[in-house]
Amino acid sequence: MKEIYLDYNATTPVDPRVVEAMIPYLKEHFHNPSSVYSGAKETKKAIEEAREKIASLIGASPKEIIFTGGGSEADNHAIKGVAFAFQEKGKHIITSSIEHHAVLHACQFLEKIGFEVTYLPVDKYGIVHPHSLRKAIRDDTILVTIMMANNEIGTIEPIKELAEVTHEKNVLFHTDAVQAVGKIPVNVKELGVDLLSLSAHKFYGPKGVGALYIRRGVKIHPLIHGGGQERGRRAGTENVAGIVGAGKAAEIAMEEMEEEERKIRPLRDRLERELVKRIPEVIVNGHPEKRLYNTLNICVKYIEGEGMLALLDFYGISASSGSACTSGSLEPSHVLLAIGLPHEIAHGSLRFSFGKYNTDEDVDKVIEVLPGIVERLRAMSPFWREKHEH
Amino acid sequence: MLEYSEKVIEEFMNPKNMGKIEDADGIGKVGNPVCGDVMWIYIKVKDNRIVDIKFQTFGCVAAIATSSKVTQLVMGKTVEEALRITNKAVAEALDGLPPIKMHCSLLAEEGIKAAIEDYMKKQKHKKNKKGGKK
Repeated sequence: MKEIYLDYNATTPVDPRVVEAMIPYLKEHFHNPSSVYSGAKETKKAIEEAREKIASLIGASPKEIIFTGGGSEADNHAIKGVAFAFQEKGKHIITSSIEHHAVLHACQFLEKIGFEVTYLPVDKYGIVHPHSLRKAIRDDTILVTIMMANNEIGTIEPIKELAEVTHEKNVLFHTDAVQAVGKIPVNVKELGVDLLSLSAHKFYGPKGVGALYIRRGVKIHPLIHGGGQERGRRAGTENVAGIVGAGKAAEIAMEEMEEEERKIRPLRDRLERELVKRIPEVIVNGHPEKRLYNTLNICVKYIEGEGMLALLDFYGISASSGSACTSGSLEPSHVLLAIGLPHEIAHGSLRFSFGKYNTDEDVDKVIEVLPGIVERLRAMSPFWREKHEH
Repeated sequence: MLEYSEKVIEEFMNPKNMGKIEDADGIGKVGNPVCGDVMWIYIKVKDNRIVDIKFQTFGCVAAIATSSKVTQLVMGKTVEEALRITNKAVAEALDGLPPIKMHCSLLAEEGIKAAIEDYMKKQKHKKNKKGGKK
Protein backbone atom coordinates (compact mmCIF):
# COMPACT_ATOMS: atom_id res chain seq x y z
CA MET A 1 0.00 0.00 0.00
CA LYS A 2 1.31 3.43 -0.96
CA GLU A 3 1.73 5.72 2.01
CA ILE A 4 -0.20 8.98 2.00
CA TYR A 5 2.08 11.23 3.97
CA LEU A 6 0.34 14.18 5.59
CA ASP A 7 2.75 15.01 8.39
CA TYR A 8 5.12 17.50 6.76
CA ASN A 9 5.24 19.65 9.90
CA ALA A 10 6.87 16.69 11.64
CA THR A 11 9.45 16.22 8.93
CA THR A 12 9.76 16.23 5.15
CA PRO A 13 11.32 13.76 2.74
CA VAL A 14 14.66 14.98 1.42
CA ASP A 15 14.35 16.48 -2.06
CA PRO A 16 16.25 14.25 -4.55
CA ARG A 17 18.25 17.29 -5.72
CA VAL A 18 19.36 17.79 -2.11
CA VAL A 19 20.45 14.16 -1.87
CA GLU A 20 22.47 14.59 -5.10
CA ALA A 21 24.17 17.69 -3.74
CA MET A 22 25.08 15.92 -0.49
CA ILE A 23 26.57 12.71 -1.89
CA PRO A 24 30.00 14.09 -2.90
CA TYR A 25 30.45 15.30 0.70
CA LEU A 26 29.85 11.81 2.02
CA LYS A 27 32.24 10.33 -0.52
CA GLU A 28 35.27 12.07 -1.99
CA HIS A 29 34.93 15.35 -0.10
CA PHE A 30 35.07 13.80 3.33
CA HIS A 31 37.83 16.04 4.66
CA ASN A 32 37.66 17.91 7.91
CA PRO A 33 37.09 21.56 6.98
CA SER A 34 39.49 22.66 9.73
CA SER A 35 42.42 20.79 8.20
CA VAL A 36 45.19 22.56 6.28
CA TYR A 37 45.72 20.35 3.22
CA SER A 38 44.14 21.21 -0.07
CA GLY A 39 41.44 18.50 0.13
CA ALA A 40 39.92 20.34 3.07
CA LYS A 41 39.49 23.51 1.05
CA GLU A 42 36.59 22.04 -0.89
CA THR A 43 34.65 21.17 2.25
CA LYS A 44 35.30 24.59 3.76
CA LYS A 45 34.17 26.28 0.58
CA ALA A 46 31.02 24.11 0.46
CA ILE A 47 30.07 25.17 3.99
CA GLU A 48 30.49 28.84 3.14
CA GLU A 49 28.36 28.47 0.02
CA ALA A 50 25.65 26.78 2.05
CA ARG A 51 25.86 29.60 4.60
CA GLU A 52 25.28 32.15 1.84
CA LYS A 53 22.21 30.26 0.65
CA ILE A 54 20.71 30.00 4.12
CA ALA A 55 21.48 33.68 4.74
CA SER A 56 19.86 34.74 1.53
CA LEU A 57 16.73 32.65 2.26
CA ILE A 58 16.10 34.78 5.36
CA GLY A 59 17.62 38.07 4.25
CA ALA A 60 20.64 37.87 6.55
CA SER A 61 24.32 38.25 5.83
CA PRO A 62 26.36 35.01 5.88
CA LYS A 63 28.37 36.06 8.94
CA GLU A 64 25.14 36.20 10.92
CA ILE A 65 24.43 32.48 10.37
CA ILE A 66 25.79 29.65 12.46
CA PHE A 67 25.03 26.04 11.73
CA THR A 68 23.66 23.86 14.50
CA GLY A 69 22.60 20.27 14.97
CA GLY A 70 18.95 21.16 14.32
CA GLY A 71 16.12 23.47 15.29
CA SER A 72 16.06 22.41 18.93
CA GLU A 73 19.74 23.20 19.31
CA ALA A 74 19.25 26.58 17.66
CA ASP A 75 16.43 27.38 20.12
CA ASN A 76 18.46 26.22 23.11
CA HIS A 77 21.49 28.16 21.91
CA ALA A 78 19.51 31.36 21.49
CA ILE A 79 17.72 31.15 24.83
CA LYS A 80 20.51 29.85 27.06
CA GLY A 81 23.11 31.87 25.15
CA VAL A 82 21.25 35.11 25.88
CA ALA A 83 20.43 34.08 29.44
CA PHE A 84 24.05 33.33 30.32
CA ALA A 85 25.45 36.37 28.53
CA PHE A 86 22.97 38.86 30.04
CA GLN A 87 22.28 37.50 33.51
CA GLU A 88 24.09 40.46 35.05
CA LYS A 89 21.54 42.75 33.44
CA GLY A 90 18.53 40.71 34.49
CA LYS A 91 17.06 37.27 34.81
CA HIS A 92 13.63 37.66 33.29
CA ILE A 93 12.56 35.99 30.03
CA ILE A 94 9.23 36.24 28.21
CA THR A 95 7.83 33.58 25.93
CA SER A 96 4.39 32.32 24.94
CA SER A 97 2.31 29.42 26.17
CA ILE A 98 2.22 27.74 22.73
CA GLU A 99 5.94 27.43 21.98
CA HIS A 100 7.60 24.23 20.88
CA HIS A 101 9.05 22.17 23.71
CA ALA A 102 12.56 23.11 22.58
CA VAL A 103 11.73 26.62 23.79
CA LEU A 104 9.41 25.79 26.69
CA HIS A 105 11.68 23.21 28.27
CA ALA A 106 14.76 25.39 27.82
CA CYS A 107 12.87 28.13 29.66
CA GLN A 108 11.78 25.72 32.39
CA PHE A 109 15.39 24.64 32.82
CA LEU A 110 16.40 28.28 33.27
CA GLU A 111 13.66 28.71 35.87
CA LYS A 112 15.25 25.89 37.84
CA ILE A 113 18.56 27.72 37.97
CA GLY A 114 17.19 31.05 39.07
CA PHE A 115 15.70 32.76 36.03
CA GLU A 116 12.12 33.96 35.92
CA VAL A 117 9.91 33.26 32.92
CA THR A 118 6.59 34.81 31.90
CA TYR A 119 4.43 32.65 29.63
CA LEU A 120 2.18 34.96 27.64
CA PRO A 121 -1.36 33.78 26.95
CA VAL A 122 -2.75 33.56 23.42
CA ASP A 123 -6.23 34.28 22.07
CA LYS A 124 -8.55 31.55 20.78
CA TYR A 125 -6.70 31.53 17.46
CA GLY A 126 -3.31 31.19 19.09
CA ILE A 127 -2.21 34.80 18.51
CA VAL A 128 0.14 36.51 20.99
CA HIS A 129 -0.96 40.11 21.30
CA PRO A 130 1.66 42.89 21.32
CA HIS A 131 -0.20 44.77 24.10
CA SER A 132 0.06 41.77 26.43
CA LEU A 133 3.77 41.57 25.64
CA ARG A 134 4.21 45.28 26.35
CA LYS A 135 2.68 44.86 29.79
CA ALA A 136 4.91 41.90 30.59
CA ILE A 137 8.27 43.52 29.83
CA ARG A 138 10.14 44.57 32.99
CA ASP A 139 13.38 46.37 33.71
CA ASP A 140 15.11 43.04 34.24
CA THR A 141 13.76 41.40 31.06
CA ILE A 142 16.62 40.21 28.86
CA LEU A 143 14.88 38.17 26.17
CA VAL A 144 11.55 37.75 24.44
CA THR A 145 11.14 34.53 22.46
CA ILE A 146 7.98 33.97 20.40
CA MET A 147 7.57 31.45 17.60
CA MET A 148 6.86 32.66 14.09
CA ALA A 149 4.40 29.91 13.14
CA ASN A 150 2.93 27.30 15.40
CA ASN A 151 3.73 23.70 14.53
CA GLU A 152 0.39 22.27 15.66
CA ILE A 153 -2.24 24.75 14.54
CA GLY A 154 -0.22 26.78 12.01
CA THR A 155 -1.08 30.20 13.43
CA ILE A 156 1.36 32.88 12.25
CA GLU A 157 2.35 35.35 14.96
CA PRO A 158 2.70 39.13 14.43
CA ILE A 159 6.48 38.91 14.80
CA LYS A 160 7.25 42.35 13.41
CA GLU A 161 4.94 44.08 15.91
CA LEU A 162 6.14 41.89 18.78
CA ALA A 163 9.80 42.65 17.95
CA GLU A 164 9.02 46.38 17.80
CA VAL A 165 7.42 46.35 21.23
CA THR A 166 10.41 44.40 22.56
CA HIS A 167 12.92 46.85 21.09
CA GLU A 168 11.13 49.86 22.62
CA LYS A 169 12.48 48.48 25.90
CA ASN A 170 15.91 47.54 24.51
CA VAL A 171 15.35 43.84 24.98
CA LEU A 172 16.52 41.12 22.57
CA PHE A 173 13.97 39.27 20.45
CA HIS A 174 14.28 35.66 19.30
CA THR A 175 11.86 33.79 17.08
CA ASP A 176 11.62 30.06 16.57
CA ALA A 177 10.89 30.11 12.85
CA VAL A 178 11.35 26.37 12.32
CA GLN A 179 7.86 25.92 10.83
CA ALA A 180 7.94 29.15 8.83
CA VAL A 181 11.29 29.14 7.04
CA GLY A 182 11.02 27.45 3.66
CA LYS A 183 7.22 27.65 3.67
CA ILE A 184 6.59 31.40 3.79
CA PRO A 185 8.84 34.40 3.09
CA VAL A 186 10.94 35.24 6.14
CA ASN A 187 13.19 38.28 6.21
CA VAL A 188 15.07 38.98 9.42
CA LYS A 189 15.63 42.64 8.56
CA GLU A 190 11.96 43.29 7.79
CA LEU A 191 10.87 41.42 10.90
CA GLY A 192 13.47 43.18 13.01
CA VAL A 193 14.44 40.11 15.00
CA ASP A 194 17.78 39.67 16.77
CA LEU A 195 17.85 35.89 16.72
CA LEU A 196 16.04 33.32 14.61
CA SER A 197 16.07 29.50 14.58
CA LEU A 198 15.48 27.35 11.54
CA SER A 199 15.68 23.67 10.67
CA ALA A 200 16.55 22.07 7.31
CA HIS A 201 14.41 18.94 7.58
CA LYS A 202 11.24 21.03 7.65
CA PHE A 203 11.91 22.17 4.07
CA TYR A 204 13.15 19.05 2.30
CA GLY A 205 16.67 19.16 3.71
CA PRO A 206 18.34 16.53 5.88
CA LYS A 207 17.63 15.98 9.58
CA GLY A 208 20.18 17.04 12.17
CA VAL A 209 20.98 20.41 10.58
CA GLY A 210 19.64 23.73 11.67
CA ALA A 211 20.85 27.27 11.83
CA LEU A 212 20.73 30.17 14.22
CA TYR A 213 20.69 33.71 12.90
CA ILE A 214 22.43 36.06 15.28
CA ARG A 215 22.17 39.70 14.23
CA ARG A 216 25.52 41.39 13.82
CA GLY A 217 26.54 43.03 17.09
CA VAL A 218 24.57 40.66 19.32
CA LYS A 219 26.95 38.75 21.57
CA ILE A 220 25.67 35.60 23.21
CA HIS A 221 27.39 32.68 24.88
CA PRO A 222 28.02 29.46 22.99
CA LEU A 223 26.08 26.36 23.91
CA ILE A 224 28.75 23.90 22.85
CA HIS A 225 32.35 24.58 23.79
CA GLY A 226 35.31 23.01 22.04
CA GLY A 227 37.12 23.80 18.81
CA GLY A 228 36.96 27.09 16.99
CA GLN A 229 34.41 26.12 14.34
CA GLU A 230 31.69 28.60 13.36
CA ARG A 231 34.02 31.41 14.47
CA GLY A 232 34.04 30.09 18.00
CA ARG A 233 30.27 30.18 18.34
CA ARG A 234 29.53 26.48 17.87
CA ALA A 235 32.24 23.91 18.44
CA GLY A 236 32.41 20.52 16.76
CA THR A 237 33.47 19.30 13.36
CA GLU A 238 30.90 20.52 10.89
CA ASN A 239 28.24 18.16 9.50
CA VAL A 240 29.48 18.99 6.01
CA ALA A 241 27.10 16.87 3.95
CA GLY A 242 24.16 17.95 6.09
CA ILE A 243 25.11 21.61 5.80
CA VAL A 244 25.50 21.31 2.03
CA GLY A 245 22.06 19.69 1.95
CA ALA A 246 20.58 22.49 4.03
CA GLY A 247 22.05 25.02 1.64
CA LYS A 248 20.65 23.23 -1.40
CA ALA A 249 17.24 22.94 0.28
CA ALA A 250 17.30 26.68 1.00
CA GLU A 251 18.17 27.44 -2.62
CA ILE A 252 15.26 25.29 -3.85
CA ALA A 253 12.86 26.79 -1.29
CA MET A 254 13.72 30.30 -2.46
CA GLU A 255 13.01 29.44 -6.06
CA GLU A 256 9.94 27.28 -5.55
CA MET A 257 8.22 28.53 -2.41
CA GLU A 258 5.54 30.51 -4.22
CA GLU A 259 4.80 27.68 -6.59
CA GLU A 260 4.53 25.28 -3.65
CA GLU A 261 2.05 27.52 -1.92
CA ARG A 262 -0.07 27.73 -5.07
CA LYS A 263 -0.13 23.95 -5.19
CA ILE A 264 -0.52 23.12 -1.50
CA ARG A 265 -3.01 25.71 -0.26
CA PRO A 266 -5.92 24.45 -2.40
CA LEU A 267 -5.30 20.88 -1.21
CA ARG A 268 -5.44 21.93 2.43
CA ASP A 269 -8.47 24.15 1.82
CA ARG A 270 -10.37 21.40 0.06
CA LEU A 271 -9.67 18.89 2.83
CA GLU A 272 -10.82 21.40 5.44
CA ARG A 273 -14.01 22.23 3.53
CA GLU A 274 -14.93 18.62 2.87
CA LEU A 275 -14.22 17.34 6.37
CA VAL A 276 -16.24 20.10 7.98
CA LYS A 277 -19.06 19.34 5.56
CA ARG A 278 -19.00 15.56 5.95
CA ILE A 279 -18.29 15.13 9.66
CA PRO A 280 -20.65 16.70 12.20
CA GLU A 281 -19.22 18.53 15.21
CA VAL A 282 -15.72 19.22 14.00
CA ILE A 283 -13.76 22.27 15.10
CA VAL A 284 -11.01 23.82 12.96
CA ASN A 285 -8.16 25.12 15.10
CA GLY A 286 -5.84 28.03 14.41
CA HIS A 287 -6.39 31.43 12.82
CA PRO A 288 -8.72 31.42 9.81
CA GLU A 289 -6.33 33.54 7.71
CA LYS A 290 -3.06 34.03 9.58
CA ARG A 291 -2.22 30.39 9.31
CA LEU A 292 0.37 28.29 7.46
CA TYR A 293 -1.18 27.29 4.14
CA ASN A 294 -0.18 23.66 4.63
CA THR A 295 -1.61 23.03 8.10
CA LEU A 296 -5.04 21.72 9.05
CA ASN A 297 -5.71 20.99 12.70
CA ILE A 298 -9.16 19.79 13.68
CA CYS A 299 -10.83 18.49 16.80
CA VAL A 300 -13.38 15.76 16.32
CA LYS A 301 -15.68 15.87 19.31
CA TYR A 302 -16.53 12.83 21.46
CA ILE A 303 -13.58 10.68 20.36
CA GLU A 304 -9.87 10.49 21.02
CA GLY A 305 -7.08 11.22 18.54
CA GLU A 306 -4.96 8.12 18.82
CA GLY A 307 -7.72 5.79 17.69
CA MET A 308 -8.24 7.93 14.58
CA LEU A 309 -4.51 7.88 13.84
CA ALA A 310 -4.35 4.11 14.19
CA LEU A 311 -7.27 3.64 11.79
CA LEU A 312 -5.89 6.21 9.33
CA ASP A 313 -2.61 4.32 9.45
CA PHE A 314 -4.51 1.17 8.55
CA TYR A 315 -5.45 2.92 5.29
CA GLY A 316 -1.88 4.08 4.77
CA ILE A 317 -2.51 7.67 5.85
CA SER A 318 0.14 9.23 8.10
CA ALA A 319 -1.09 12.15 10.20
CA SER A 320 -0.58 13.28 13.77
CA SER A 321 -2.50 14.33 16.84
CA GLY A 322 -2.08 16.57 19.84
CA SER A 323 -3.88 14.01 21.94
CA ALA A 324 -2.25 12.91 25.14
CA CYS A 325 -2.10 9.32 24.10
CA THR A 326 0.31 9.91 21.27
CA SER A 327 2.76 11.98 23.22
CA GLY A 328 3.44 9.60 26.07
CA SER A 329 1.94 11.96 28.62
CA LEU A 330 -1.56 12.11 30.00
CA GLU A 331 -2.07 15.76 29.19
CA PRO A 332 -3.32 16.75 25.75
CA SER A 333 -1.46 19.33 23.67
CA HIS A 334 -0.48 22.46 25.59
CA VAL A 335 -1.24 24.46 22.45
CA LEU A 336 -4.85 23.30 22.25
CA LEU A 337 -5.33 23.94 25.97
CA ALA A 338 -3.78 27.41 25.60
CA ILE A 339 -6.29 28.38 22.88
CA GLY A 340 -8.99 27.54 25.40
CA LEU A 341 -10.20 24.11 24.33
CA PRO A 342 -11.45 21.91 27.15
CA HIS A 343 -9.43 18.74 27.76
CA GLU A 344 -12.03 16.35 26.37
CA ILE A 345 -12.13 18.21 23.05
CA ALA A 346 -8.36 18.66 22.87
CA HIS A 347 -8.03 14.88 23.18
CA GLY A 348 -9.80 14.54 19.83
CA SER A 349 -7.33 16.49 17.74
CA LEU A 350 -5.94 15.55 14.35
CA ARG A 351 -3.28 17.39 12.37
CA PHE A 352 -2.82 17.07 8.64
CA SER A 353 0.19 18.98 7.33
CA PHE A 354 0.77 19.05 3.59
CA GLY A 355 3.86 19.27 1.46
CA LYS A 356 4.97 19.52 -2.11
CA TYR A 357 4.61 15.83 -2.91
CA ASN A 358 0.91 15.67 -1.98
CA THR A 359 -1.74 15.28 -4.65
CA ASP A 360 -5.47 15.65 -5.12
CA GLU A 361 -5.75 11.88 -4.77
CA ASP A 362 -4.28 12.08 -1.26
CA VAL A 363 -7.03 14.49 -0.26
CA ASP A 364 -9.65 12.26 -1.92
CA LYS A 365 -8.49 9.29 0.12
CA VAL A 366 -8.75 11.13 3.47
CA ILE A 367 -12.18 12.46 2.54
CA GLU A 368 -13.19 8.93 1.63
CA VAL A 369 -12.05 7.17 4.80
CA LEU A 370 -12.10 9.65 7.68
CA PRO A 371 -15.88 10.06 8.03
CA GLY A 372 -16.21 6.28 8.39
CA ILE A 373 -13.40 6.16 10.95
CA VAL A 374 -15.05 8.88 12.99
CA GLU A 375 -18.41 7.15 12.79
CA ARG A 376 -16.88 3.89 13.92
CA LEU A 377 -15.18 5.43 16.96
CA ARG A 378 -18.17 7.56 17.83
CA ALA A 379 -20.34 4.45 17.82
CA MET A 380 -18.16 3.27 20.72
CA SER A 381 -18.17 6.57 22.57
CA PRO A 382 -20.56 6.99 25.50
CA PHE A 383 -20.64 10.75 24.95
CA TRP A 384 -21.68 10.56 21.32
CA ARG A 385 -24.45 8.12 22.15
CA GLU A 386 -25.59 10.12 25.11
CA LYS A 387 -25.89 13.22 22.98
CA HIS A 388 -27.50 11.67 19.95
CA GLU A 389 -29.81 9.02 21.28
CA HIS A 390 -31.93 11.34 23.36
CA MET B 1 2.67 6.01 17.75
CA LEU B 2 3.21 3.78 20.73
CA GLU B 3 4.38 0.23 20.35
CA TYR B 4 1.37 -2.01 20.84
CA SER B 5 1.25 -5.80 20.74
CA GLU B 6 -0.51 -7.43 17.81
CA LYS B 7 -3.28 -8.49 20.17
CA VAL B 8 -3.95 -4.91 21.25
CA ILE B 9 -4.22 -3.80 17.63
CA GLU B 10 -6.38 -6.79 16.72
CA GLU B 11 -8.70 -6.10 19.66
CA PHE B 12 -8.89 -2.41 18.76
CA MET B 13 -9.63 -3.12 15.12
CA ASN B 14 -12.30 -5.73 15.95
CA PRO B 15 -13.74 -4.89 19.33
CA LYS B 16 -16.23 -7.33 20.84
CA ASN B 17 -19.26 -6.52 23.00
CA MET B 18 -19.38 -2.92 21.93
CA GLY B 19 -22.60 -1.06 22.66
CA LYS B 20 -25.23 -0.58 25.29
CA ILE B 21 -27.66 -2.84 27.20
CA GLU B 22 -30.92 -0.96 27.53
CA ASP B 23 -32.24 -2.93 30.52
CA ALA B 24 -28.87 -3.52 32.20
CA ASP B 25 -28.82 -4.90 35.73
CA GLY B 26 -25.68 -2.94 36.54
CA ILE B 27 -23.80 -0.05 34.93
CA GLY B 28 -20.23 0.96 35.81
CA LYS B 29 -19.05 4.39 34.72
CA VAL B 30 -15.36 5.01 35.31
CA GLY B 31 -12.67 7.40 34.10
CA ASN B 32 -12.65 11.08 33.38
CA PRO B 33 -12.99 12.89 30.06
CA VAL B 34 -10.34 15.37 31.22
CA CYS B 35 -7.80 12.54 31.30
CA GLY B 36 -8.99 11.26 27.96
CA ASP B 37 -10.35 7.88 29.06
CA VAL B 38 -13.94 7.05 29.97
CA MET B 39 -15.38 3.55 30.13
CA TRP B 40 -18.98 2.55 30.65
CA ILE B 41 -19.69 -1.13 31.31
CA TYR B 42 -23.20 -2.60 31.17
CA ILE B 43 -23.97 -6.03 32.63
CA LYS B 44 -26.93 -8.37 32.58
CA VAL B 45 -26.95 -10.90 35.46
CA LYS B 46 -28.98 -14.10 35.71
CA ASP B 47 -28.68 -16.63 38.55
CA ASN B 48 -25.59 -14.81 39.81
CA ARG B 49 -23.88 -15.13 36.41
CA ILE B 50 -22.95 -12.41 33.93
CA VAL B 51 -24.99 -13.43 30.91
CA ASP B 52 -24.46 -10.31 28.82
CA ILE B 53 -21.97 -7.48 28.90
CA LYS B 54 -21.33 -4.42 26.72
CA PHE B 55 -19.01 -1.44 26.79
CA GLN B 56 -18.84 2.13 25.54
CA THR B 57 -15.47 3.81 25.64
CA PHE B 58 -14.06 7.24 24.91
CA GLY B 59 -10.32 6.78 24.78
CA CYS B 60 -7.22 5.70 23.00
CA VAL B 61 -6.35 2.46 21.24
CA ALA B 62 -5.40 0.78 24.53
CA ALA B 63 -8.58 1.93 26.29
CA ILE B 64 -10.76 0.42 23.57
CA ALA B 65 -8.71 -2.79 23.44
CA THR B 66 -8.82 -3.30 27.22
CA SER B 67 -12.58 -2.58 27.30
CA SER B 68 -13.20 -5.20 24.67
CA LYS B 69 -10.86 -7.72 26.33
CA VAL B 70 -12.25 -7.36 29.84
CA THR B 71 -15.82 -7.88 28.66
CA GLN B 72 -14.76 -11.18 27.07
CA LEU B 73 -12.86 -12.24 30.17
CA VAL B 74 -15.84 -11.88 32.50
CA MET B 75 -18.63 -12.98 30.18
CA GLY B 76 -20.29 -16.10 31.65
CA LYS B 77 -18.45 -15.75 34.97
CA THR B 78 -20.20 -15.63 38.33
CA VAL B 79 -20.33 -12.26 40.04
CA GLU B 80 -17.70 -13.42 42.56
CA GLU B 81 -15.37 -14.64 39.81
CA ALA B 82 -15.79 -11.40 37.89
CA LEU B 83 -14.90 -9.37 40.97
CA ARG B 84 -11.55 -11.17 41.10
CA ILE B 85 -10.50 -9.89 37.65
CA THR B 86 -7.30 -7.88 37.86
CA ASN B 87 -5.83 -5.25 35.57
CA LYS B 88 -2.79 -7.49 35.26
CA ALA B 89 -4.94 -10.29 33.85
CA VAL B 90 -6.43 -7.91 31.28
CA ALA B 91 -2.99 -6.64 30.24
CA GLU B 92 -1.60 -10.17 30.04
CA ALA B 93 -4.50 -11.32 27.87
CA LEU B 94 -3.40 -8.61 25.44
CA ASP B 95 0.27 -9.64 25.55
CA GLY B 96 1.05 -6.61 27.68
CA LEU B 97 0.59 -2.86 27.38
CA PRO B 98 3.14 -0.04 27.15
CA PRO B 99 3.84 1.21 30.73
CA ILE B 100 2.14 4.56 30.08
CA LYS B 101 -1.01 2.66 29.08
CA MET B 102 -1.29 0.39 32.11
CA HIS B 103 -3.89 2.77 33.55
CA CYS B 104 -6.24 1.64 30.76
CA SER B 105 -6.21 -1.92 32.12
CA LEU B 106 -6.86 -0.52 35.58
CA LEU B 107 -9.85 1.34 34.19
CA ALA B 108 -11.15 -1.95 32.75
CA GLU B 109 -10.86 -3.62 36.15
CA GLU B 110 -12.55 -0.68 37.84
CA GLY B 111 -15.30 -0.64 35.21
CA ILE B 112 -16.25 -4.26 35.90
CA LYS B 113 -16.17 -3.70 39.66
CA ALA B 114 -18.30 -0.57 39.38
CA ALA B 115 -20.87 -2.37 37.24
CA ILE B 116 -21.08 -5.23 39.75
CA GLU B 117 -21.34 -2.83 42.68
CA ASP B 118 -24.15 -1.05 40.90
CA TYR B 119 -25.83 -4.42 40.31
CA MET B 120 -25.49 -5.38 44.00
CA LYS B 121 -26.81 -2.04 45.13
CA LYS B 122 -29.84 -2.44 42.91
CA GLN B 123 -30.40 -5.99 44.19
CA LYS B 124 -30.30 -4.76 47.76
CA HIS B 125 -32.70 -1.99 46.85
CA LYS B 126 -35.08 -4.52 45.28
CA LYS B 127 -34.92 -6.76 48.37
CA ASN B 128 -35.61 -3.84 50.66
CA LYS B 129 -38.55 -2.87 48.52
CA LYS B 130 -39.91 -6.40 48.72
CA GLY B 131 -39.33 -6.38 52.49
CA GLY B 132 -41.29 -3.13 52.78
CA LYS B 133 -44.32 -4.66 51.13
CA LYS B 134 -44.71 -7.33 53.78
